[in-house]
Parts: sequence; C-alpha cells; structure tokens
Amino acid sequence: MSRFGSLPRRLVHVAIVLLGITLVTFFLLRLIPGDPALAILGSSYTHARAQAIDSGLGLNRPIWSQYGLFMNHLFHGSLGFSYFYHESATRVILNHIPPTLFLIAYSAVLAALISLPIGFFAGLRRGRAVDQFSRVFFTLSFAMPAFWLGIIFILIFSVHLPVFPISGFGSGLIGHLYYLFLPALTIALSFSTVLVRSLRTSTITTLRAEFVDTAQMKGIAWSQVLRRHVFRNAVLAVVAVYGVNLAYLISGTVLVENVFSLPGLGTLLVNSVTDRDYPVVQGVTLVFAVLIVTINLLTDVVQAALDPRVGQEIGT
Amino acid sequence: MSAGWVASPSELLMKAATRASARRRSTVRRRLTLIAGLAMLFLAIAAITLAPILVSQPPNTIDALNTLAPPLTPGHLLGTDQFGRDVLSRILYGGRIDLAIAFGATIVTLVGGTFIGLVAGYLGGRWDSVLMRLVDLFFAFPFLVLVIAIIAMLGPSIFNMFVAIWITSWVAYARIQRAQTVVAKRQQYVLAARALGYGHLRVMFRHILPNTASAVIVFSMVDAIGNIILAASLGFLGLGAQPPSPEWGTMIADGQNYILSAWWLATIPGLAIVFVGIAFSLIGDGLADLLRPGDR
Repeated sequence: MSRFGSLPRRLVHVAIVLLGITLVTFFLLRLIPGDPALAILGSSYTHARAQAIDSGLGLNRPIWSQYGLFMNHLFHGSLGFSYFYHESATRVILNHIPPTLFLIAYSAVLAALISLPIGFFAGLRRGRAVDQFSRVFFTLSFAMPAFWLGIIFILIFSVHLPVFPISGFGSGLIGHLYYLFLPALTIALSFSTVLVRSLRTSTITTLRAEFVDTAQMKGIAWSQVLRRHVFRNAVLAVVAVYGVNLAYLISGTVLVENVFSLPGLGTLLVNSVTDRDYPVVQGVTLVFAVLIVTINLLTDVVQAALDPRVGQEIGT
Repeated sequence: MSAGWVASPSELLMKAATRASARRRSTVRRRLTLIAGLAMLFLAIAAITLAPILVSQPPNTIDALNTLAPPLTPGHLLGTDQFGRDVLSRILYGGRIDLAIAFGATIVTLVGGTFIGLVAGYLGGRWDSVLMRLVDLFFAFPFLVLVIAIIAMLGPSIFNMFVAIWITSWVAYARIQRAQTVVAKRQQYVLAARALGYGHLRVMFRHILPNTASAVIVFSMVDAIGNIILAASLGFLGLGAQPPSPEWGTMIADGQNYILSAWWLATIPGLAIVFVGIAFSLIGDGLADLLRPGDR
C-alpha cells in the first residue's frame, strides 16, 4: 500500500462530514423560536415583507425541498441574502475572510515558534528551571481567557508603552504583520499551552526509546542524537495535536478579532448575531466548519508525508 | 514493542530507579495539588456565598459621587466603575453567575454525555456508528462558533447560553466514555459479570461505569474551566449575560471602554477568572493522579 493509499477513503469520509455540516447549518435557522420573518424584521414587520422573506428563505415549502433549495444555492456559491447589509451574504462574508485567514496563519506560525523550543527543552530538562517555568506559565495561560489576555497586552503595549496599535488591520504585508502582532500573539499563547505540554511529553517518551540508546551507543554526538533522532520524532507526535487544536485557535480568533476590532469573520459573526442577520450567521458558521475540515485533512496529509507509519492508519 | 536490542542492564536500572523516585515525588506533589485546588475553590465559593456580609454596597448600586475610584480607595477595596458601582461587590455577585455556569453546564453534559457514550460503546453496532458520525460532525465545527450560532438563533441570554452548551458539550464526554467502554467490555471482569448472569444494565452501570468513569471525571475539570471561560467570552461579546449583570465577561467588556483611564475595570475581573481556573486546573491534575495513577 502506498503512503497515501487510504486517502481516497479519507476523502469519502470528508465528503460525508461536509454533507453533515450543510445539514447542521441548514437546521440552525430552524432553532429560531416562533416566526423567523418576525425575528428578522423586528419592528419593521409587515405582512408583505414577511412573505417576501418566507419565500426568499423558502420557508413556505416542505422541509426537504427547502434543503434542496439551500444546497442548490450553495453549489451556485450563494449563502443567501444579508438583510442587514442589503447585499449577497456571500459577498459580505468573502470581504471578511482575508483578515481572519491572515490572523490564523500568523498565530499558527507564532505558536509553533513559541512552543517548539520551550516544549522540547522542558522535556529535555525535565523538572529543571525551564520545565518548572513553562509549567507555571502555561497552567496560568490555560486558565486565562484569550480576550482578557488581549486586553492586558493592549494595556501594556499600546497604552503604557505605545509600541503597538490598539486596533485595526493595517495595510500591506508589513502593516498587517505589525498591526496583527498583538492579536496573533494573544491567540498563539493560548494555543501554545497544549502544544508545549504535548511536545514535552513526546520528548520525554522519545528520550526513553531504544533507538535513542542505539544512536548513542553508535557513538553519535549527543547534540546530533537530539537534533536528528529525538527532536524529529518528538515533533512528529505533535503534528496531530497541532492540527486538531487549530480548531481551538479558530475560537480564539473570534474573540480576539472583537477585542482588537479587526474586520474579520469573528467580528462579522458577532455583529450579525446582534443584528439578527441570520443568513450571514449561517454562512460564517459554514465557512468556519469547512475551514476546520480542510485543516484536519491537511494535517492528515502532512502527517502521512512526514511519517510513513501513519499512512496505513488514515481513514480508520 | 518487541524485545530487540536493549541498553546495558545497569543503565536500564538507573533509568528505572530515577523514574520510580520521580514518581514518588510527583505523587506527593499531586496530593498537595489536589488540596490546594480544593482550598482555592472553597475560598471562591465561600466568598461569593458570603458576599452580602463581605461587602456593604450591592453590585448594581450607583454612586455618582464616587465614579472611577481607583483600587484601595477607602470603602472600595478594588475601586469603582464609571457609575460608581463597587468593583469588589460586582465581582463577588458576578461570581455566582460564572460558578453556576461552571457547575450547571458541566454536570449536565458530564452525566448526559457519559450516559450516551456508555450505552453506545456497550451496544456497538448501528447505533454506535450513527453516534460516532454525529460526534465527528460536532467536532467539525469550532466549538465557540457553533455555540454562538445556536445562541444567534435562540436569542442572547444566560439560559440560552446553557442550552447552547448543553447541545454541544456532551459530545466530548460521549467520545471519551465510548472509547473507555469499548476497551472495558472485552475485559475479564466484564466477561465474568456476564457469565454470572448479570443483566446488561447492571454490567454497564455497576461494573463498567465505576471502572472507567475516572477519564470523564478528570476531563470534566478541564471542561469546567472551559465553561467559565466560555461564559465570560460570551458575556464579553454581548451574547451571554446582559448588562448590568455583574458577570465577569460583561464586566471586562464594559471595562475595555475605560482602558485608557481606569485599568482596573477590565483587568480585575479577569484575575477572578484566572483564580477559579487555576483552582479547577489543580483539582483536575490532582484527581488525575488519584484516580488513574498509571497514566503519568
């Protein structure tokens, strides 16, 4: 069996999950108690407008036909009509995707830069200063709400030491990197907790492995053993954790975008809830879920590429 | 692992010995961890219960003469906010909401999710695969986004926040308990119980559950922290508790508007969250060692 031998099966699985995601987002609208048209229109409710909304959302059809309509629209790239922005929800959502994607990627990189060295050295020097310090620090950050940490960073680095801007997205790559540094750091720190812990554990486990003893007895320098045998194997074990926890990171972006008033999907989601712009809420939820499925799939592929032993297990 | 080439015996002994002594040390430390965590949680619960005795000013009483007083002002240990409301009083009363969410949301999903996971894992077959696909589906959504989407449809309020957490959070417990059950049901003690003629219900609840529940219990401590942070996050976004509720997240959101002039408004409620979070985290670590010593 080739390294990616079970990838087709995995893709079928992904297709099923995607189908499920559309079902869940479709049924979200059904959770609205009472009349959705009334909820959307609020005080500007008239019978004619309500009927327009009912037929726009397809609420006057049988449920299976509504789902068919929803899927049909989805395949044509339409997520419905935003009653708040008075334009297609798809366009509204597309406009808000870049800051969020940028922030996720930026935080993912920062998280890796922070946790790889700390986790590895905490595992190597188990029980020593680095380990103790990281344990205390990451226990703290585990109990720390990301949005609060963001405010603390604003207080320190924007108010007292005016180094970084309080909010905004900036322009150009350098501008984005500069404006998004505090938001990305906030997310990266809360994401690092899990990474440091698991890298520490996998480093300790790898150090005990027999191939490490073998390498040492072959006379390979200890630094070489650490770099080529221990580190590489320990990091492999963390790749899966990294992928799975990107989901956690996405929850972080929703909050942190709101703290720093970034024009991303998280801010859009929260504003749309307040504005009762249901199609946008539905669409953003769908986009986030698809993002997670994509990330998980990528994680599996990367893992299979890095570690031949994983290839056989994908799809189970 | 197959018995292949091994390091010299003395070296192995050394490794084993250091490991054993490290384990002894860590056991003592983890007992202390559990006690420290319980003490912190007890302190927090005592403080919010005794709030009417500890502070004189009710949480929503406005005092126009004493607005934005900094901490350590006489009569206002932690200062006052833009309406002259006492911050300490608001934190203590707000803690009632946050801790109620931590316990209320966690216990319901712990019991419900464990039950579902236990039954599915034990029965296996079609129901089990349906459940596992459902679990996969829930995990496909970012947790916070799903909770927000549900609240969006139901309308923002504390009760709907509970509902949203109940709908989404049982999944993790179900997955953990199912995995434990699938392993346990092939073990000797379960086969023996079945051989003695015990019914399925008795085997599930009297034999498998007590032997496997430690995993979900330990996880529930992590989950409790998650739920407090979630409640505060939703309050912060304006989707959970609504102002003038002294819920910690709403206090932080409120305080962010005064970040340039009154730093204590946004920071102090966060410290309360961190305090309770550390308490649960310590309890979780302590329980993990007490209930499943083989793991660490």
